[in-house]
Amino acid sequence: MLTILFDGIAYGMLLFVLACGLSVTMGLMNFINLSHGVFSMAGGYITAFLINRLGVPFLLCLPLAFLFSAALGMVLERTLYRRLYARSHLDQVLFTIGIVFMAVAAVDYVIGSQQQTVKLPEILKGRIDIFGGSIGLYRVFIIALCGCLAVTIQMLLVKTRFGSQLRAAVDDPRVARGMGINVNTVFAITFAVGSGLAGLGGALGTDILGMDPTFPIKFMIYFLIVVTVGGTSGITGAFFASLILGIADVGGKYYVPQIGAFIIYALMLVVLIIRPQGLFSRSKGK
Amino acid sequence: MSIALATHDLVKNFGGLRATDHVSLTIHTGARHALIGPNGAGKTTLINLLTGVLTPSQGNITLEGENITRLSQHARVQRGLVRTFQINQLFADMSPLQSLCLAVSERNQQGRDWWRVAGSDKAHVDEAEEILTRFGLRDVMMQQTRFLPYGKQRLLEIALAIACKPRVLLLDEPAAGVPEEERHEIIDILAALPKDVTVVLIEHDMDLVFSFADRISVMVNGALLTEGGVDEIARDPQVRAVYLGESGHE
Amino acid sequence: MAPSAHQMMLDQARWRWSESLFWLSSLAVLFVFPSKALLFSQIAIMGLFALSLDLILGYGGIVSLGHAAFFGVGAYAAGLMAKHGMGDPLLGLGVAAFVAAVIGWLTSFLLLRGSDLTRLMVTLGIALMLFELANRMAPITGGADGLQGMMVGPVLGLFSFDLFGKTAYLYALTVLFLLFLLARKIVHSTFGLSLRAVKGNALRAGAIGISVSGRLVAIYTLSAAFAGIAGALSAQTTQLVSLDVLDFHRSADVMLVLVIGGVGWLYGGIIGAIMFTLMQDWLAGITPQYWEFWIGLVLVCLVLVGHDRIKTGVQSMVARLGGKGGAA
Repeated sequence: MLTILFDGIAYGMLLFVLACGLSVTMGLMNFINLSHGVFSMAGGYITAFLINRLGVPFLLCLPLAFLFSAALGMVLERTLYRRLYARSHLDQVLFTIGIVFMAVAAVDYVIGSQQQTVKLPEILKGRIDIFGGSIGLYRVFIIALCGCLAVTIQMLLVKTRFGSQLRAAVDDPRVARGMGINVNTVFAITFAVGSGLAGLGGALGTDILGMDPTFPIKFMIYFLIVVTVGGTSGITGAFFASLILGIADVGGKYYVPQIGAFIIYALMLVVLIIRPQGLFSRSKGK
Repeated sequence: MSIALATHDLVKNFGGLRATDHVSLTIHTGARHALIGPNGAGKTTLINLLTGVLTPSQGNITLEGENITRLSQHARVQRGLVRTFQINQLFADMSPLQSLCLAVSERNQQGRDWWRVAGSDKAHVDEAEEILTRFGLRDVMMQQTRFLPYGKQRLLEIALAIACKPRVLLLDEPAAGVPEEERHEIIDILAALPKDVTVVLIEHDMDLVFSFADRISVMVNGALLTEGGVDEIARDPQVRAVYLGESGHE
Repeated sequence: MAPSAHQMMLDQARWRWSESLFWLSSLAVLFVFPSKALLFSQIAIMGLFALSLDLILGYGGIVSLGHAAFFGVGAYAAGLMAKHGMGDPLLGLGVAAFVAAVIGWLTSFLLLRGSDLTRLMVTLGIALMLFELANRMAPITGGADGLQGMMVGPVLGLFSFDLFGKTAYLYALTVLFLLFLLARKIVHSTFGLSLRAVKGNALRAGAIGISVSGRLVAIYTLSAAFAGIAGALSAQTTQLVSLDVLDFHRSADVMLVLVIGGVGWLYGGIIGAIMFTLMQDWLAGITPQYWEFWIGLVLVCLVLVGHDRIKTGVQSMVARLGGKGGAA
């Protein structure tokens, strides 16, 4: 019981790191992006490559995965995605699905369809007993790391100058420009950091979630659930939505395996019916 | 005199903000009633409550004695409560003729007709064409609305409401953004509205208000400050202080 | 003398001779390339499926990422009927349409509130749930192995399905044509005009007395029925139903098909289906495994170039063929 709860929390934390970039770009910037998983996949694959081919230690791979995906995100944002901010939602959907299809087929072609594996360092293997439950050390590590990240991101958004610039840019780009904020740069940095976090999540998640070319499609729905259930008011909603989703998914698969993924889809629909703006968004005026 | 539209103790809260504050308003049949007040006084919110775009937090609304507080937007329109918008809300991809035909057909409960070609009912098209002619839009009635000049769009905005045969017409700043030299077209249209149609006018242009209205309500911070005849309001020192005095024209 | 307003309204729905040409040639291809009949029936079915999506996307303004839900439901309905001794094709179509319409009607209420994003999620969520459901109910649906043992009877008791797909194509084309006529009737009616109004400006549509929710529920239900029939056609003509009918890919593909041909234009879905299926056929011959990549590339390019421009291009081409005015 405790083990499952713990696994669920670890899974949820992981989902948060994977999806929080999306909750900013999609939730705040109102840009429908179905290709977020591509950046996670990039992070996962670069990690597998670094560890298995070059023997880079796992812990060093994590920041590298972040940087790699962030750079990829930055380049694609500058060249492609930014053209779509002002386009219709249909265009955004079509474009980002196209990116997903291309990425999936390209990875399949270049690397192959087999699962990627990463060797975890000895120190993260093994289990410890807490309160009578046996918990994998790696999961403890994930919870600690992702917890720190969540706090850091929240601080960045709320306390720093960049955070307030971002909020201003999202609220009304024209006014923000008038105030001397370089909106394009703010968006580009946000997109890059979000992609980087997705890459980091992919690196961390390779061992738990599995990593193969279909990753962006398989997990697209999870990311979307986090964003829609979490609401669009900020990343706090996404954080709690991730935890709920993680626990519900792990718990559901353990206790009622016969209905499988059914439980989370049903959960999402119920939330969307009751609160179309998401669970944690304050109802906006006007 | 009978009462066309009334609100009783109407309240609307947005989170902590009270946009409409215990408004009780009575509008008599056939009145030319203006609603004025500084920006942010809650006039548009009140219109949105009256037409069913928003639901009030408290209080109720009656149209000719019937409680319409819980009725949907379109049900209110079918009962004759029709509005125009401060910012044009038109069907950009349709022609004025199509827009008007649709409004006329909807009024005649033909909007769900999925078998006959739109415009089969000649009486409806003729009525649409008549309104378009009256509004000086006949020449452009086959063009796509998005390509019409702003002044024409503003006229279409009112024409669409007229096609719904309103008993009570709510005009939200009908002359907003219309250049001085085209303003008279709007004023003429308003003056020519049938006398039995009750008109509620929200407007910033005081010349228009004073020439058109016979009764004026003043809103400040979501609440009704005062109400009275045109001269009364013009002389009221309170009104001068909060509204006329400080903002002059705009 | 200038035509009257009444005449101008009616003119917009006039049947153009380029349309007759289009349908006659769709029949003629069977006799020119009889060996391709199976491919043609695939095109007709895909065209019907895309047409059904157009009803909600192009005319209702609802972006759906889960339209395969209705295609799949229709396919399973017809497939299960054929498996359990009720192999009459038209009965199968009717039941498939009914079941899909019921599910469409029930779920349409979830789409009335909320933004594009919420609608996207709700449609996607419903399709995924149905996929899981079909996957878990293996004793009934055959699960991952697909539905085995369908016995489809002859159409109208007269025309048996042959190996070359000739009957299949004529059957699918006839159904497509009839449903196309119905859809054409509907989009040119006052109801269709009111849908355009709702899509264009829902706020104003409500303000001229249109019940926005009522119209969206109606068109969504109709669209679901059309998609269900497309699914049933697919099940009957291929005698095969697998989980694939409910797959996310199918929802994405049909969107691509529609966008290639043009959204909000009844011929768009059909023209898109022709281009898509021929392209798929051709690409699958070159790179069977990775043709997904090219689909993705087409999507990306379409958006960057602007799909409206392509639609306008095709329409003006058709107009030139047809003498004047765009068709449908």
